Amino acid sequence: MTDPAAPNPRVNADHPPVGRGERFREFWYYFSVNRGAVIGVFVFSLLVLVAIFAPWIAPHSPTQQFRDALLVPPPWIEGGRAEFLFGTDAVGRDILSRLIHGARYSLLIGAIVVTLSLSTGIMFGLLAGYARGWVDTVLMRLMDLILAFPSLLLALVLVAILGPGLVNTMIAIALVLQPHFTRLTRSAVLAEVNREYVTSARVAGAGHMRLMFRTILPNCLAPLIVQATLSFSTAILDAAALGFLGLGAQPPTPEWGTMLAEARQFILRAWWVVTFPGLAILITVLSINLVGDGLRDALDPKLKRS
Amino acid sequence: MVRFLFHRLLLILPTFIGITIVAFAFVRVLPGDPVLLIAGERGVTPERYQDLMQQFGYDRPIWVQYFDYLAGIFQGDFGTSISTKRPVIQDFLTLFPATIELSLCAITFAVALGVPMGIIAAVKRGTWFDQTLMGTALVGYSMPIFWLGLLLIILFSGILGWTPVSGRISLMYYFPAVTGFMTIDSLLSGQEGAFTSALSHLILPTITLGTIPLAVVARQTRSAMLEVLGEDYVRTARAKGMPTRRVIGLHALRNALIPVITTIGLQIGVMMAGAILTETIFSWPGVGKWMIDAIGRRDYPVVQAGLLLIALVVMTVNLIVDVLYGLINPRIRHQ
Repeated sequence: MTDPAAPNPRVNADHPPVGRGERFREFWYYFSVNRGAVIGVFVFSLLVLVAIFAPWIAPHSPTQQFRDALLVPPPWIEGGRAEFLFGTDAVGRDILSRLIHGARYSLLIGAIVVTLSLSTGIMFGLLAGYARGWVDTVLMRLMDLILAFPSLLLALVLVAILGPGLVNTMIAIALVLQPHFTRLTRSAVLAEVNREYVTSARVAGAGHMRLMFRTILPNCLAPLIVQATLSFSTAILDAAALGFLGLGAQPPTPEWGTMLAEARQFILRAWWVVTFPGLAILITVLSINLVGDGLRDALDPKLKRS
Repeated sequence: MVRFLFHRLLLILPTFIGITIVAFAFVRVLPGDPVLLIAGERGVTPERYQDLMQQFGYDRPIWVQYFDYLAGIFQGDFGTSISTKRPVIQDFLTLFPATIELSLCAITFAVALGVPMGIIAAVKRGTWFDQTLMGTALVGYSMPIFWLGLLLIILFSGILGWTPVSGRISLMYYFPAVTGFMTIDSLLSGQEGAFTSALSHLILPTITLGTIPLAVVARQTRSAMLEVLGEDYVRTARAKGMPTRRVIGLHALRNALIPVITTIGLQIGVMMAGAILTETIFSWPGVGKWMIDAIGRRDYPVVQAGLLLIALVVMTVNLIVDVLYGLINPRIRHQ
């Protein structure tokens, strides 16, 4: 991770050098103090497994319409059928199967959006903080501009321009989330760039690229990891919101927000078509936010109680 | 103070120009010819096309068009809606009070509950009360509010029948809009039951829109309070034998509230985004629903102006918060 040419700032006379395993153990020690965070990791891992094995877990196909079972309630209510654990929707599709397949979309959206916004954010932030001057000014004014708009509104208008759909939704959300990463990276770079280990790496002959990516970047990662986690949940929420407004994933895609949009007209007749997709969104977002809180406690040295 | 104010105004100038450029560019990056878009599906003859090009000024250099656009904005000309044929600003001003009314109620709801919750959680740090409260706040923070709104409708309108499902007031009542705020107008009209009706229509949208700000305010108040409670002057006050109530109310709270006020200010942008969802769910006739409807109808002048106007509102509110912040905190003012 760290540049061998640069003395690791963590290594000094008081603390013996720590290996990667040791460091992870230290991290886990602080992380596991937060019980909520451990629960969050557990639930999130479960969701990932569900998403990966969706076709094998789901009792039915997410698009199969059971014509004899329209708006069937869950089995614990009168009129429910055991084969449809969470009931069926207005065209007779099994809600549980759709939710299980929907997990794939939500997690994929989160992963792609975070990857996109994190990687561009790191690039811009490193560039701005390292190069300074007009590059910095232009980039940061651009970021300020994006941040001047309420994020969901901007994403909404972008999707309206680009055309509704899952891919455009992800692009739009990545674009509105990206300035946070740029700003964070830049401020971390500004804090690190004049440190002695960077100067020494420069004196040792490290080039710009090496200085930026191998020397400075690894030492700016902690706040970025926390932000990435929080953005992951924001991305899922915003994508669901766009789906709900009819601009995200299009029916019959079993995306949770889109499912809610389809279910809206039945809310007073069939509560289950509305309740379960929303619950799925809430549980996913909550588990990620729990992890994010735990990560912040574990990675933020200011809050560390050592 | 004047210098501080001037400095802040100067700082938002680039943001203002940026916002107008984005809104201006919006129509330009739309797929398809803007003139054909306005002409609609029937199409136009080549002569009419040239006429329209000239009429809308699309035949001139792009920067001239931008300055025309900017000049129009300063004269209050934000374009004309394709579907209603009315100036966009007129529709905006008619609908905006509905959004303000809802947002004000939501932020009041968030602050009135969130600040006391945060204070109690901080004072009782580590107890089950604190843990339950913060757990609930995290759930609120993670809440898809469009779903929450639907659940509230199922429970309170469907099962219990306590509140109406949508709109701002029962159709039974009609009175002229004086202030644009339904609650105030209903009082002014003097019609019996009108105020209660307006209020009952407000409850569910307020909770829906206020939930995330409530969670954020509660969390922020708690952490600001915890920080302040550890300060030396709080310990000194305690050591002097001051009653706990007074220490918290007088010494701790005042200082803890400064970051909380910033948080509340920052929630305005979040609220404008939330208003889009909330207004859609409850058919609340505000600017959020107006934008969504315009996107659905491909009424691009409305979308363009809506984006610009909402961004300007958020910018102005942020400026006001910034100035207020400088007023209560001299350290910021004299930086």
